Amino acid sequence: MTIERADIEKLAELARIELNEATIAETTRSIADVLALVDQLQAADTEGVEPMAHPTDAVQRLRPDVVTETNQREAFQAIAPATEAGLYLVPKVIE
Amino acid sequence: MHNKTLADIIAGLNRGDFSSVEITRHFLDRIQQLDGQYNSFITVTAEAALASAAAADQQRANGSVPLFCGVPMAHKDIFCTNGVRTSCGSKMLDNFVPPYDATVVENFANAGAVILGKTNMDEFAMGSSNETSYYGPVKNPWDTNCVPGGSSGGSAAAIAARLTPAATATDTGGSIRQPAALCGITGLKPTYGRVSRWGMIAFASSLDQGGPMARTAEDCALMLNVMASFDGKDSTSIDRPVPDYSNYLNQPLSGLKIGIPKEYFGEGLNPGTEQAVRDALAEYEKLGATLVEISLPHSNLAVPAYYVIAPAEASANLSRFDGVRYGYRCENPKDLRDLYMRTRGEGFGEEVKRRILVGAYCLSAGYYDAYYRKAQQARRLIKQDFVDAFQQVDVIMGPTSPSPAFGFGAKGNDPVAMYLEDIYTIATNLAGLPGMSVPCGLVDNKPVGLQIIGDYFDEALMLNMAHQFQQATDWHQRAPEGLA
Repeated sequence: MTIERADIEKLAELARIELNEATIAETTRSIADVLALVDQLQAADTEGVEPMAHPTDAVQRLRPDVVTETNQREAFQAIAPATEAGLYLVPKVIE
Repeated sequence: MHNKTLADIIAGLNRGDFSSVEITRHFLDRIQQLDGQYNSFITVTAEAALASAAAADQQRANGSVPLFCGVPMAHKDIFCTNGVRTSCGSKMLDNFVPPYDATVVENFANAGAVILGKTNMDEFAMGSSNETSYYGPVKNPWDTNCVPGGSSGGSAAAIAARLTPAATATDTGGSIRQPAALCGITGLKPTYGRVSRWGMIAFASSLDQGGPMARTAEDCALMLNVMASFDGKDSTSIDRPVPDYSNYLNQPLSGLKIGIPKEYFGEGLNPGTEQAVRDALAEYEKLGATLVEISLPHSNLAVPAYYVIAPAEASANLSRFDGVRYGYRCENPKDLRDLYMRTRGEGFGEEVKRRILVGAYCLSAGYYDAYYRKAQQARRLIKQDFVDAFQQVDVIMGPTSPSPAFGFGAKGNDPVAMYLEDIYTIATNLAGLPGMSVPCGLVDNKPVGLQIIGDYFDEALMLNMAHQFQQATDWHQRAPEGLA
């Protein structure tokens, strides 16, 4: 599996990360190295092996559907980059 | 004063040999005088520490107190602390002041601990050398030209330099054990689910686990007594009674079987490290244990499986850093897409971006089965190796890391060379097993760690075995020159 600059640009778009033009070649090379490392997995015989999602195969614990948290909007919004009238501000989405 | 262990400090406070204010001030003074050389703290909370030390002294004068009352320690800067900046070693969270405490932080607060500050770490715990921190690398107190290991390198270096008697840490692929080994201290990664992850900034949620770092196994037992708890706020926390880990430290080791995996003594292991580990194993034989050669045949799959699973989970976890609700936001975004792209491009460092991109690749349409599913299958094979081994032996031992501390820049910009630093520690995270590192020798005056891997929830036995070793040897008492 070879990975090209165009693949990295697509991944960066999917992950919403702007890449630096000066380092993109280096990023492509190092990601290719990491993928070569993980490709060693392909040699493993995993026929019939159940994938393991949790170390102790625990199942999701459920709790009663009742309100347990109090509203802390002021505390949470105090650390936000931009808020107004209790709302988070972002650049205009619809013209 | 600074050579006292937690156990010594607790005893001294109980006897009235010194006050909490005195010992807290002593450590704060040392941090101020010496940490310029090591960079082990990101934030020092001197004022708050002295205030809580004074309150602890008052409380002690008024009657019975919890065990850690007035005892100074530090938290890795991955644990959220109410009102105290929690950066996770990243520009992304340089301005983040959490409105709540992590459960681990709350547990230590309830036990009366005094917090000296927040320790340096690799950015988002991604690294094995502490070179990825936004706040600059931590230097190893044994040799300031060398790395302290990572990602909990700040906690490890601060303890080694006697700037704090103990600190919390976290371990996703070796981030407690490898820096403990490289800095000559004791560290324990508990069984997955034993310590609450609530308020611990997530890297790879099926692997992350918090644990103690200190100079001795006895101190790690005291800390684990506080850290381990069932927590309804962490959906993967395990509801199982917590034993008093201090109660088992003095059990004799006769009759115990130690498994020695042949795969952990192969190519790439530094000969000096190997000799130190073999000497430690011989010491265990003297203490009455039996060595049994075992095989963990799927060990070679651990690093490749980890570098699918950890980046995949990281890419999902780190999607929350969007410049909207907290943390860094780029200047003058022209639209929402630009806000996301530049916030994340500018806020994350190179290693974090690399792992997010690798994770996004492994999870992207068409590749999921070949990578993520395959890695989860390999993960089960790795776990089964350990399950089979624990049919024959009580614990498994080997080296923590392939060599002692290396120089800054030694792994250059070769991420794969850096990833192989965790070749002996990653498998236990994939299996969810507890692992520990105990000082067992010096090579060129740099510490070597012995790794102890236990069966699920066998932390008490591991601490017992580590403590007995520390009763028979003095490696854990060695200090870097001039710091004792």
